[in-house]
Amino acid sequence: MSTLTASRRGPAGPGRREERRRERLAEKQQQSGRRVPVWQLVLRYALLLAVFALMVGPFLWQLSTSLKGPAEDIYSYPPKLLPGDPTLDNYAKVADLIPVWDFALNSLKVAAANVLTNCVGASLAGYALARMRFRGRKAALVVFVMAMLVPVESIIIAQFMTMRELQLNNTLVGVLLPACIGAMNVLLMRNAFSNLPYEVEEAAYVDGANAWQRFHRIALPSVKGTLAVVAIFAFMGAWDDFLWPLIVLSDQSNFTLTIGLNYLHGTFADNQRLVAAGTIIAVLPLIVMFACLQRFFFRGVGEGAVKG
Amino acid sequence: MTAMTKGSGNGPVGKTGPAAAPPAEPTAKAAPSSLSSPSAPDPKRRGRAVRTHLPSSPWLFLAPGLLVVGGFSLYPFVSTVLNSFTDKRTLIDGQWVGGANYQELIHDEMFWIGLRNSALYVLGVVPLLVILPLLLALLVQRHLPGITFFRSAFYTPVVASVVVVGLIWVWLLDDRGLVNSVLGAVGLGTVPFLSDQWLLLLSAMMVTVWKGLGYYMIIYLAALTNVPRELHEACAVDGAGAVRRFFTVTVPAVRSTMVLVGALSSVSAFKVFSEVYLMAGDGGGPGGADTTLVMLVQRVGTGLSGRVGYASAISVVVFVITLGLMLLVLRANRKEDS
Repeated sequence: MSTLTASRRGPAGPGRREERRRERLAEKQQQSGRRVPVWQLVLRYALLLAVFALMVGPFLWQLSTSLKGPAEDIYSYPPKLLPGDPTLDNYAKVADLIPVWDFALNSLKVAAANVLTNCVGASLAGYALARMRFRGRKAALVVFVMAMLVPVESIIIAQFMTMRELQLNNTLVGVLLPACIGAMNVLLMRNAFSNLPYEVEEAAYVDGANAWQRFHRIALPSVKGTLAVVAIFAFMGAWDDFLWPLIVLSDQSNFTLTIGLNYLHGTFADNQRLVAAGTIIAVLPLIVMFACLQRFFFRGVGEGAVKG
Repeated sequence: MTAMTKGSGNGPVGKTGPAAAPPAEPTAKAAPSSLSSPSAPDPKRRGRAVRTHLPSSPWLFLAPGLLVVGGFSLYPFVSTVLNSFTDKRTLIDGQWVGGANYQELIHDEMFWIGLRNSALYVLGVVPLLVILPLLLALLVQRHLPGITFFRSAFYTPVVASVVVVGLIWVWLLDDRGLVNSVLGAVGLGTVPFLSDQWLLLLSAMMVTVWKGLGYYMIIYLAALTNVPRELHEACAVDGAGAVRRFFTVTVPAVRSTMVLVGALSSVSAFKVFSEVYLMAGDGGGPGGADTTLVMLVQRVGTGLSGRVGYASAISVVVFVITLGLMLLVLRANRKEDS
């Protein structure tokens, strides 16, 4: 069958491709011919810049505020985006007032652990759901789907009680546990494994590889893309989370960054420079990460939306 | 190769019995394409015929996931429902009180304020989050030089924590902040964004929209690539302007995505907590007038004197309404389909 299609396509191939390329070229010329109206292009870029100012401007203003020294008026009009005498004093001061670096370290610990548990747990479960046949597979799938439908906000009090019973309230483990293997991630991994061709694993089975070897030597390396998506969203989810750590943490020494910022805001609300410095510390790592890995961020949105 | 696997797959079907055999599926003969589909019946049969793993392996693979999801998602859900019928407190085991918590809800003014604010949030945020990201996606859809930069820039607020975003806007909307100093210069005076009950709720909504724009923009971008260009061109040839084409070509083509965005955004809008909490403070604004339902859950149910039973009853209401919202949106979609 494959030879048939090949022979059919064979002779016609290059000619057709040539034709298509010419078509596309013509289309492009036509497009640019039609769309070149300069005013439209100018309008488009003007709009883009306006939206850019709206979406990124607030971050830049915060950055600017955090760099302004005590001598500079941050309430001045007209507002000055560029600090007259930029200084890092506010960052040092914020670290004096609250242990902001400890908070960052706590956040990092939780986020890193969350990445690890989600990647391992979700790919293991996803592989079993996608590639193994056993009694109860459907039931296991239903469990994950149902868990995905329960909004975290509506079970948060019960989760808090569970943590109290486990004596894990006010610990970082308590912050980590409830989300450490997301049902949605399990389903994402299951999808990724299901889309792999069977043949390679079959060949490995014939060669005597057991389930574990087939999983981590053959299947897992083929779904790195989805795994990266899971990892990134696990990191971001843990780093940005607010409601759950707010409920479970009570002792300042265990605060994560978001809770620390909330505390900073509540205690030193009138010192905008300090709050600004704190927020920049919290947001910068994620912006850097996003700049390096945006492909996966966007892919994650697509996959998540289809599932959720 | 294809023929070989095919044969070995077809053979044992009889053994698995008629119950497992799906309705006759001649299309499965197109082996290569059916292999890539997760629900293809063919590979399933093959797997069952030749057991390729120990009977316990799947459960070992599933154990961590099932444990976490069961222990921290499904079990808390069941215990939330059960607790809602008791007068349990953080430090005191409760008694069964039947529907008393729910009866109390009906007479609790704070509950109605929370319900109103959460509902208003859905009404205010969802239409904007369905329409604005679509327009934004159209703006960044065409491959102009530098467009990837703009796309990423518009996504930045999604990446930032809601706490960061909230605090940035608290500073911008401060009585002496940037927005008010500009408004003051224009002669509009100081607008009490963060102290007036309604303006505060409105400001929080704007922050939610601002933070969500980029996320839904990416969803729409994926949907827009499926809109056939020929349709646009045919319409343009027929003399339809950009606005007309938007309503006759783009909107019908992305309608199912709009429903999806509507469902996602309405569920998350109803559960709003952080934006309002940060901008209004844990008291929920002047006299608690900006409290949302989830804020109420957090305030009532936590701490050493937390009323777990009562907070659970509010949680159940939150759950039922979010589920209802989701069903409502999906049903609206189905009705339009038929």
